[in-house]
Amino acid sequence: MDTVANNHSAAEADGKDTTLIYRQSRWTRLTHWIWAFSLFFMLLSGLQIFNARPQLYIGKQSGFEFNNTILQIGAENTANGPRGFTEIFGHRFDTTGVLGWSGPPGQETPRAFPSWATIPSYYDLGTARVVHFFFAWILTTTLLIWLIASLINGHIRRDLAPRVSDLRKLPRDIVDHAKLKFHHTREYNTLQKMAYGGVLFVLLPLMIITGLAMSPSMNSVLPWLNEILGGRQTARTIHFTVMLLLVLFFIVHILMILAAGPINELRSIITGWYRTDPPAKHAEPTERSV
Amino acid sequence: MAKFEISRRKFLTASSLGLSGIALSGCDVFDSGLGIGGGLRSFLENANGLTWRAQRLLAGRDALAPEFTEADIRQPQRPNGVTAPDDDTYKGLLANNFADWRLEVTGLVEKPLSLSREQLQNMPSRTQITRHDCVEGWSCIAKWTGTPLSLVLDQAVVKPQARYVMFHCLDTIEQSLSGDIKYYGTIDLIDARHPQTILAYGLNGKPLPVENGAPLRVRVERQLGYKMPKYLSKIELVDSFANIGGGRGGYWEDNGYDWYGGI
Repeated sequence: MDTVANNHSAAEADGKDTTLIYRQSRWTRLTHWIWAFSLFFMLLSGLQIFNARPQLYIGKQSGFEFNNTILQIGAENTANGPRGFTEIFGHRFDTTGVLGWSGPPGQETPRAFPSWATIPSYYDLGTARVVHFFFAWILTTTLLIWLIASLINGHIRRDLAPRVSDLRKLPRDIVDHAKLKFHHTREYNTLQKMAYGGVLFVLLPLMIITGLAMSPSMNSVLPWLNEILGGRQTARTIHFTVMLLLVLFFIVHILMILAAGPINELRSIITGWYRTDPPAKHAEPTERSV
Repeated sequence: MAKFEISRRKFLTASSLGLSGIALSGCDVFDSGLGIGGGLRSFLENANGLTWRAQRLLAGRDALAPEFTEADIRQPQRPNGVTAPDDDTYKGLLANNFADWRLEVTGLVEKPLSLSREQLQNMPSRTQITRHDCVEGWSCIAKWTGTPLSLVLDQAVVKPQARYVMFHCLDTIEQSLSGDIKYYGTIDLIDARHPQTILAYGLNGKPLPVENGAPLRVRVERQLGYKMPKYLSKIELVDSFANIGGGRGGYWEDNGYDWYGGI
């Protein structure tokens, strides 16, 4: 079911010289959408949790009498009225309207992330934690299910594991992406393997590990975890940074789908079926790159 | 089969479009149903029970929270919540340097106690340098000295049907229409008997200051700050907290925080 099965030439059906192949197994498709759904809620509840203490620190503790703050989002009174600011490594930016000070005109309030970016929309740390930890369980369980299924059905070995040839193809792959020239093949290209592998094997595990490192109860089970990470507040900072990287991945992911053909890309992650390039056109770059 | 594929495709496409629509229209659409007692909220809260059981399984009874060194004490303990109780009873006790203060130990115990600060301080003590983690996200390392709660419980002889330790406090945390609400909270007997759970009267080598909970606060080192009430006046052993306050096990719990604060 998950190998290139039931290939049939779509040329007979619609007269085009293309082929529909079964590209994504049901496990890949199902887990993809559960992650998409969970990450949406985790992001928005996470931003609400951040709003309770909109500062990031480096080390074991938060500096109140010393300075180990690397990021702060806040509001301040100026001659022009209240303004929102974001301060990163001592560099301060005016972010009024979005970060620090936001809301409907005339009803702005001091809040790090704006109302439209948080769940709930109003300040409610307790509820955000309920939502966040619920989806943390869903996300982690789904990642585990995906890992087992993908080891068994060969998805990791066949589609994600980088090969020596991937390294060789990398420069050309970067050029192709830059020119928005996409090859629709069954295989992922090198940058895709790096992006998907990076999210699944680096970013999401790091998110889970730094999340657990913030739990005082887990600290009694795995006391070395925070020592490796550089302290609980550093773990919290990493958690936030990985969130930014996941958001960056999401944006690029969506842009690439739009550029590569959203109908075809969406069909493959919903039904599993993917329309590949005509063999003749596809053969050319492959031969050249090998 | 083909029909099924198409309808599922339509369904999923519609759902993802719906999801993006929700994102664009602002997140207040999720606000309803998330209030305390709401169906969706209650369903999502099941995850906290799962977290509690999973962490209990992993941590067991006696796994210790990390302890730090003197060099890690870099600042005074950050006070939070009520830092200067305005209650007449408290102010009266404070004026007399807590000479008239007593810790009552009541409820499901064989021998109710009424302990003065001197009696508590004459019991064996434990000193630990630990990291205080606030639910808001910040941390602060300090040295705490106090009487292990397990010793007090042993002296009072806990009845077998007791399941939770409830802390009664002297500070008013909220003035509501039905009267002043003083801080309250509960922990289970596993945390109550944990070796690092102490009734702290000392902070960083000095008597516990008012802003940090004088004369006595509890330290529950495997949980977050809101599980460690300050300004203690009474410890009550109960078999359930269903009839206490809002029935969720503490002041902040009744306002939406999870009863288990280990994460």
